[in-house]
Amino acid sequence: MTSQPVVTSAGGQPVDQGFSVELGHDRPLRLDCGVELHRFTMAYQTYGALNADKSNAILICHALTGDQYVASAHPVTGKPGWWERIVGPGKPLDTGRYFLICVNVIGGCMGSSGPKEINPDTGKPWGLTFPVITIADMVRAQARVLDYLGIEQLFAVIGGSMGGMQVLQWAHAYPERVFAAVPIAAAARHSAQNIAFHEVGRQAIMADPNWAGGNYLEKGTVPRAGLAVARMAAHITYLSEPALRRKFGRKLQDRNRVTYGFDADFQVESYLRHQGITFVERFDANSYLYITRAMDYFDLAAEHDDTLSLAFEKTPVRFCVISFTSDWLFPTWESRDVVRALNAEAANVSFVEIESDKGHDAFLLDEPEFDRTLTGFLNGAARRRGLPA
Amino acid sequence: MNAPITLSRVPDTRVDLLLIADMIPSRSRVLDVGCGEGDLLHVLSTQKDVDARGIEISQAGVNACVTNGLSVIQGDADIDLVDYPDQAFDYVVLSLTLQATRNPRKVVEEMVRIGRHAIVSFPNFAFWKIRLQLLTEGRMPETELLDEPWWETPNIHLCTIRDFEELCRDLNLVVERRVYLNRGGKATWFSKIESLGNLFAQQGLFLLRRA
Repeated sequence: MTSQPVVTSAGGQPVDQGFSVELGHDRPLRLDCGVELHRFTMAYQTYGALNADKSNAILICHALTGDQYVASAHPVTGKPGWWERIVGPGKPLDTGRYFLICVNVIGGCMGSSGPKEINPDTGKPWGLTFPVITIADMVRAQARVLDYLGIEQLFAVIGGSMGGMQVLQWAHAYPERVFAAVPIAAAARHSAQNIAFHEVGRQAIMADPNWAGGNYLEKGTVPRAGLAVARMAAHITYLSEPALRRKFGRKLQDRNRVTYGFDADFQVESYLRHQGITFVERFDANSYLYITRAMDYFDLAAEHDDTLSLAFEKTPVRFCVISFTSDWLFPTWESRDVVRALNAEAANVSFVEIESDKGHDAFLLDEPEFDRTLTGFLNGAARRRGLPA
Repeated sequence: MNAPITLSRVPDTRVDLLLIADMIPSRSRVLDVGCGEGDLLHVLSTQKDVDARGIEISQAGVNACVTNGLSVIQGDADIDLVDYPDQAFDYVVLSLTLQATRNPRKVVEEMVRIGRHAIVSFPNFAFWKIRLQLLTEGRMPETELLDEPWWETPNIHLCTIRDFEELCRDLNLVVERRVYLNRGGKATWFSKIESLGNLFAQQGLFLLRRA
């Protein structure tokens, strides 16, 4: 096993790429699909310092297209970390108080083993020969990283969207390793509507001739158009109609009248095209297939006769479930289902629905009420855990 | 173990809440139904090391509680109590909320099912000032505890101390303690006599359990 902090240059600027560790030699990772990985790499980033008794660690689980660069510049785009707003000294996820870890999910494309990486057995990119992974597999792989770091119990696991699914899976699979859990804008099972949206994205990718049956890395092509369309469709689901109206309305892009053509006349079109194009620069199309599939397969109640509470039987974990009023991708009622299941176990649970018109993406955006909720819950949990203020 | 909580230690808390807090032993497991901004939960968790949870119907109240580190969910006494398992808590508290529920009888039944003990307080509609207002003015009474006009009050199921005693008998509940409170929320000298309590108490406070 090795772990090295890598510092390289991207666009002339030194960028901290974080750590990566190769695991599986002594104990293969058995995936839900039945495949065992005997060598797999996990890339992760940390912020803050681990205290002496290793009790202040918080695992941040990233969303579908997120990565481990939570509060540091992205090595490809150079953009600030995706949660820099709330991660840092004195912020809700206070780096002066907590040791924050974020691991690139297995199946991802930012350094952890996934379809983009080289299969050590063949010397070629995995492509579609990479085994299909699940949310539970992502969590298993993260647990191995924590084993490697010598962290017995996390003070908290926090994540939004797919990150929230991982949080629920953590609490289900490793209740003794999680003191507090914060699933944000998430659900215990992926809805039919969400599976449908994911299928649109996957079909867009696979319809691109440059996808080449998934072998584009060997062919030297990139399914840009397909991946961009997948991103554009998905991006709409992260917003809300009021947010789109407020931001764009029917405003035209750099013109005074419509052009009677299919150029991006409207600002909203231009915005979406930009989202699609920039996404292609940083994300792998096959990874997108694998990770969306993992979300589709997620259903915590399925293995308990559809009784979700049994997934949290006698759970000792303290939960803070958070949803947003305008989120139609992971609507509040899905969070409420989780809360009801936890109540059936008389679990220690807080549940807050935040008023916001920003849609699903609200957890990434400026929502002071969300920040106050998260800070308050963590402070309360830290008191119970005996962490110094 | 069960030291009385003095006013000086928690100056801004309602007196009746402190009486309730006094009924609850340290380190118990408590559910406060209709916990508002979490005053009782705060007292219980900071001063009695109680595992305190709350349900609150208003989102603003819930957010205030969670922001202060209290474990509270947004929910409704009429709807959400059924989710909890039997005897999940040592005490289930419903303070000045019973009269605002749609089905008070069912709520009390649920409370004694999910808690080993239930603590219920409510405004006494047989309080002499209320009787007098109705008698002399012929209009819906308004008091310190019931201070909203009839057309916007959330209090849809008002009862008297005598009515509540009867409900407890109907439900075959044991009244472990009954306290009659005056306008300041303090226990009154006539606490032992039901007929006087029903006339002179502004609110009734009952500690109950299943027979």
